[in-house]
Amino acid sequence: MNEILQYTVQGLAAGSFYALAALGLAVIFGVLGVVNFAHGACYMLGAVVSALLLQNFGLGFWPALVVVPLIMFVFGILLERLLVRFLVALDPLYNFLLTFGLSLVLVDLIKRQYGVSGLPYTRPEILSGQVTVGDVRLPTFQLFVFAFSLVVCVLVWLLLTKTRIGMIVRASTERPELTRALGVDVGRWVTPVFGFGIALAGLAGVLAAPFRAITADMGSNFVIILFAVVVIGGLGSVLGAVVAGFLVGLVEAFGQAYAPTFAQVVIFVVMALVILVKPSGLFGREESR
Amino acid sequence: MRHKTTTAAAAALSGALLLAACGQAGPTAQTGEDELTDGKVVLGVLNDQSGVYKDLSGPNSVEAVKMAVEDYKAEYGDDAVATEIEVITADHQNKPEVANTKAQEMYDRNKADAIFDVPASSAALAVATQAKENKKLYFNIGAATTELTGAQCNKYTFHYAYDTYMLANGTGKTVTEQGGTNWSIIYPDYAFGQDMTKSFTTAIEGSGGAVVEAIPTPFPNDNFATFLTKAAASNPDVIGSMQAGGDLINFVKQYNEAGLRDQGIELAVGLMFITDINSLGVDQFAGTTFTEAWYWNYDDENREWADRFMEITGTRPSFAHAANYSAAKQYLDAVQRAGTDDADAIVSELQGYKVNDVFLRNGEFRAEDNRVVHDAYLAKVKDEASVSEDWDYEEILATIDASEAFRPVEDSIAAGCNLGS
Repeated sequence: MNEILQYTVQGLAAGSFYALAALGLAVIFGVLGVVNFAHGACYMLGAVVSALLLQNFGLGFWPALVVVPLIMFVFGILLERLLVRFLVALDPLYNFLLTFGLSLVLVDLIKRQYGVSGLPYTRPEILSGQVTVGDVRLPTFQLFVFAFSLVVCVLVWLLLTKTRIGMIVRASTERPELTRALGVDVGRWVTPVFGFGIALAGLAGVLAAPFRAITADMGSNFVIILFAVVVIGGLGSVLGAVVAGFLVGLVEAFGQAYAPTFAQVVIFVVMALVILVKPSGLFGREESR
Repeated sequence: MRHKTTTAAAAALSGALLLAACGQAGPTAQTGEDELTDGKVVLGVLNDQSGVYKDLSGPNSVEAVKMAVEDYKAEYGDDAVATEIEVITADHQNKPEVANTKAQEMYDRNKADAIFDVPASSAALAVATQAKENKKLYFNIGAATTELTGAQCNKYTFHYAYDTYMLANGTGKTVTEQGGTNWSIIYPDYAFGQDMTKSFTTAIEGSGGAVVEAIPTPFPNDNFATFLTKAAASNPDVIGSMQAGGDLINFVKQYNEAGLRDQGIELAVGLMFITDINSLGVDQFAGTTFTEAWYWNYDDENREWADRFMEITGTRPSFAHAANYSAAKQYLDAVQRAGTDDADAIVSELQGYKVNDVFLRNGEFRAEDNRVVHDAYLAKVKDEASVSEDWDYEEILATIDASEAFRPVEDSIAAGCNLGS
């Protein structure tokens, strides 16, 4: 019983990274129709930038939670302005190739500059311990990661459903022509939404910094699982991305516990099953565009 | 083609060396050239120039080999047998097939007399086969498999630095004897991880301990939380991690996260390089025990060499860097003693040779299996408070004598090594 609780918390903590990053991926896909393969690299950049801020400016974990997403937001805006926007009108494959190439470039640049063995990061003292529930010891950090990302996901959800900005973004996603006809400048929202999606990947990176190895390659495996998450949740579905993120985290944790060497395979088995039963994903709409 | 070539003249930077090089261009050079195959000695460094092993060996091992060339020239000056020495390098990307092609290219086309380093066991075994077929020398440093001195040993392949037996024997035995009797081992499920687990189990059981659980994990993997919970559930004294590189860093971060040390479960690491400690930060590793082949701050001799290395590379050397230097220097010295770079002559010169240098303490090129034995060290990562300068991370707890640090000759032979003929 105790182990079950531990595995669950571990799964939800691991799922938090997937949920946050997949949320960014879903938002970008929703508005631009771009499958951003560089998302794993952006997650990596989030972690690397937090390590560099700590190393060079003594900026710790807490301020990094705000500063790094802002930096990544600007990075995303530049990316959209300078590269992605020129390919949006073409076959989606072009942007897929662009972002894939971009991720290779980013990873190699980081390797070149900071080597392959990773950057050090100090854990925030307050999150270092464990919380005892009954006779189970749960790492504070895992609980924090889960709670924090849940709050962020809910905030993003509220932003999209309850605010005027969210309404415009959703309208631009679902019926761009109609929205434009109603006098809304759809193009104006594309760039910040892309930046926002990248910022979410960066945020996942900040959360990973104290907890995982900060290396140039940390996003390469991550992005593959991320795509499984997005497919399971339904491409472009915000709720789907979040639910599937946590779900995949749980599948991974229990897979590791009961079928260690197959832990990653299990995720893709789940993905295959979902595609078989519901090709548009758990929360995806039937393709209408 | 990613070969960088360095001519003898370019390597000789200092004034004194330049003079020596000029001298060689004169009539005296005549004496040496007849004894050199292809008129020069070519040293090939074949390793990972861009991937996971780049920092612990990689380009800086090439620099280390160049240091050896420089030292050889300074030492022998006009009397040098190797009048022209070229250092070439290639990236094998840790892939056995690339290593195989590159090694063939080095021996065949670039006329390499010896190849150095080659991390990743599968790649190393491929190069060993090339060495055997081409009858040229190969000094393995980067790879850990005992196959190189076992079933797949050959006359032209020397195994330097470390191997899985030496790591397991050092860490497994010592930690068990110090009271860490019950072990849980977590290992990546591929050749290296399985080898290490086997060697550790033998060492632990041989010292009266027990492996209560051995848990395989995917590779690469960034989430070890669940594996750690499983391992801790059997209440071991020690968790042994056989992970390497980025996976090891993930592992240690999450071991700390789970607070297992506070529960009295210690951490022992199968293979660790000083570059790992540097990248994770010493506080996360503090207290971890592991076996070291060489440590830069161990004594004055090491330190002096490490200072030179730092001037050139801007970083402190790992044991792999020092071992590459030593292997290249020992090779060149053997050329000097033999008066030729003929591979068979060098092999007979080296086999049975006993030597001390900056890397090899009580070193011996064992004739029976081509294992190069030397003192090894049991190290412990310091607390952050006791670190006095950058890279000063290790406390050497014990020196393991060369005669005990490596697999006994009988075992190599029992494993199928027959240098015979």
